[in-house]
Amino acid sequence: MADTITATHISGHADHHDVDYLHDGKGMKSWLTTIDHKRIGVMYLWGILFMFFLGGVFAMLIRLELLTPKQTIMSAETYNKVFTLHGAIMVFLFIIPSVPAALANFVLPLMLGAKDVAFPRLNLFSWYIYMIGAFIAIAAMVTGGVDTGWTFYTPYSTTTDGSVALMTFAVFVLGFSSILTGVNFVATIHNLRAPGMGWFDMPLFCWGIYSTALIQVLATPVLAITLLLLLMERTFGIGIFDPKLGGDPVLFQHFFWFYSHPAVYIMILPGMAIISEIIPTFSQKTIFGYRAIAFSSVAIALVSFIVWGHHMFTSGQSQLASAIFSFITFFVAIPSGIKTFNWIVTMYKGSVAFNAPMLYALSFLLLFGIGGLTGIFLGAVSVDIHLHDTYFVVAHFHYVMMGSTVIAFLGGLHYWWPKMFGRMYNEPAAKVACALVFIGFNTTFLPQFILGSRGMPRRYYNYLPEFQFLHQLSTVGSWILGLGFLIMAGYLFASLRKKMDAPANPWHSRTLEWQTASPPITHNFHEIPTIGGGPYDYYRPVGKGREA
Amino acid sequence: MSSHSPEVAEHRYRQHHFVTAGQQLDTSKTGMWLFLATEILMFGGLFVGYGLMQGVYPEAWVAGHHHLDRVLGAVNTVFLLCSSFSMVMAVHYASTDQKSKTVLNLGITLAFAFAFLVIKYIEYSHKFHEGLLPGRYFRLAEVGGPPQQAMFFGFYFMMTGIHGFHVLIGIILIAWLMVRANRGDFSSAYFTPVDLIGLYWHLVDLIWIYLFPLLYLIS
Repeated sequence: MADTITATHISGHADHHDVDYLHDGKGMKSWLTTIDHKRIGVMYLWGILFMFFLGGVFAMLIRLELLTPKQTIMSAETYNKVFTLHGAIMVFLFIIPSVPAALANFVLPLMLGAKDVAFPRLNLFSWYIYMIGAFIAIAAMVTGGVDTGWTFYTPYSTTTDGSVALMTFAVFVLGFSSILTGVNFVATIHNLRAPGMGWFDMPLFCWGIYSTALIQVLATPVLAITLLLLLMERTFGIGIFDPKLGGDPVLFQHFFWFYSHPAVYIMILPGMAIISEIIPTFSQKTIFGYRAIAFSSVAIALVSFIVWGHHMFTSGQSQLASAIFSFITFFVAIPSGIKTFNWIVTMYKGSVAFNAPMLYALSFLLLFGIGGLTGIFLGAVSVDIHLHDTYFVVAHFHYVMMGSTVIAFLGGLHYWWPKMFGRMYNEPAAKVACALVFIGFNTTFLPQFILGSRGMPRRYYNYLPEFQFLHQLSTVGSWILGLGFLIMAGYLFASLRKKMDAPANPWHSRTLEWQTASPPITHNFHEIPTIGGGPYDYYRPVGKGREA
Repeated sequence: MSSHSPEVAEHRYRQHHFVTAGQQLDTSKTGMWLFLATEILMFGGLFVGYGLMQGVYPEAWVAGHHHLDRVLGAVNTVFLLCSSFSMVMAVHYASTDQKSKTVLNLGITLAFAFAFLVIKYIEYSHKFHEGLLPGRYFRLAEVGGPPQQAMFFGFYFMMTGIHGFHVLIGIILIAWLMVRANRGDFSSAYFTPVDLIGLYWHLVDLIWIYLFPLLYLIS
């Protein structure tokens, strides 16, 4: 193909190296012992998609229960467990590993022109840790469940029944998987860029993943120790977080959010990273403001460490602390705004193609706009006192976590699907699914802003009759959303059953992962590419871009 | 002298996805330093919790720390410092192709690490015997003094326990290094594992150097 790099082999094992990674070794064992980043990425993908399904089922159950003001399908105790499991699964088992461990694992080395990540065996190890963590979490669900909410606030979490200890241990284990992924990616980006590729020759996706990986490395250890302290509190009653024993429950919140606020950016930065790839590709135009977008990722990562207190405006922390945290929180809006404006300007006068990945990217811009702006409402102390722990908060973080991160993840999944599996999916079906997801999402969560601003508290099992219409609207939205995902699962699985038909570069992109075959050969490139131009040189003809 | 020439060693240990051995070494070091950063942050969380609670209950902290044996703590500090020195020497000899001295110094490091754990064991069994246990198992009636000593000992056991766990991991790694050094795996061309595990061991030592005054030398 004209798009692939000239096929001169750098080593003697030409036959072995020519096989695509999906067919290089057969059977379960060749997958479970692989150290190929592409196969590990695919194994992660199946893992997180299963967890997304599980968390989604819990979400549908929550919405179904809220169809009526009193009991609909489950008891209050079950409801508490269901929303806890929905949150814990979605955060720790789906969103955090979704883009970095599954998609970036696959495309990052390709984008850098590398043969693999820095530490391939560690990469496989992190997948096993993820699976072990997932099994422990499932064990916690079936042996009593957890009703604390995904935040495990003390002293409730140290006194309630159920498998809290097992669940926190699962999250502790999952943290190590996240740390190893982060260490691997930072080392990969520092040391494995193709010859001639400077920091500013990397695709912006790599900048986003680099910032994410830094947070994973620096924040996750604090979560690990927090959860360990929580475990000790439960088993030995040490008393650090228990006011009855002289401890301080707000200290737990500080510890927890010191990780979990940066973790919000572990979730959103990779989503932004994907958008920075999709928009130039489908506009066939050089990205506007490369350095501004690159540095804004790093800026978000840095600011993320000093805003955790905005989760605690009503916790009793000092008013001065609240004022300072509120002030710093507004700074997050600046790099986020820089990115958004640059993406929009990139499309200006481009030849925009509305393929499924681009539709997701456009949905992202809208939904992230709403999610980001409502975040500023909540960052203002006086407004937050009114809105704290209401559905407004629920709607806000779903607009950021689902409306932005998950939508971007789906965009990335559709964007790289041909590269990962060598098959094109049914494009019209993909557009229908994207429209349903967009409509369903907004029907589900827009009413929740109104519910929250009128005083509907989050996590409540019963509600006042005047809230019923908006709750029902939200529930109907969840069904539309479910239908969209059902169609998506249908055409994606259907595409896997047909013959490989994807060209090397179906979207005419200029980044390196598209300059090798779809699916790529085991060692990614026949020869290590040397870099002459930038990743978004759309003024050059296809195939004359990167390799000098 | 090692039986391998630098070229052979480079060919043997360079993984397929690195272009040069130097790139592989740099990458390994980046990874190790990042890992050490995670360790510092993890212990950092404990230090912050410990310091905050010490500010709230200073009298319980002082009373609690009187039950710790300063002499044994000091001896352990010396042991770890000596083990760090022998580790440095092991790295030096590995990088200068002196196999038997590498093995010897790794052995000395291992011996000090064991001695550290033996003393820790003695300290722990004294504490168990006297009822100085964490949290709700703390036998206040026997010990007397402020009740928040239970929290102090919660921190004591967690901090020294997690540190002790790191020592244990270190012992396993150093033993593995000894086997490999003895086999002649390391030479001036390739001694990355000795170098990196050396870094790890120094961090374990460094954390103890903070733990010792924090826990044993409060007043």
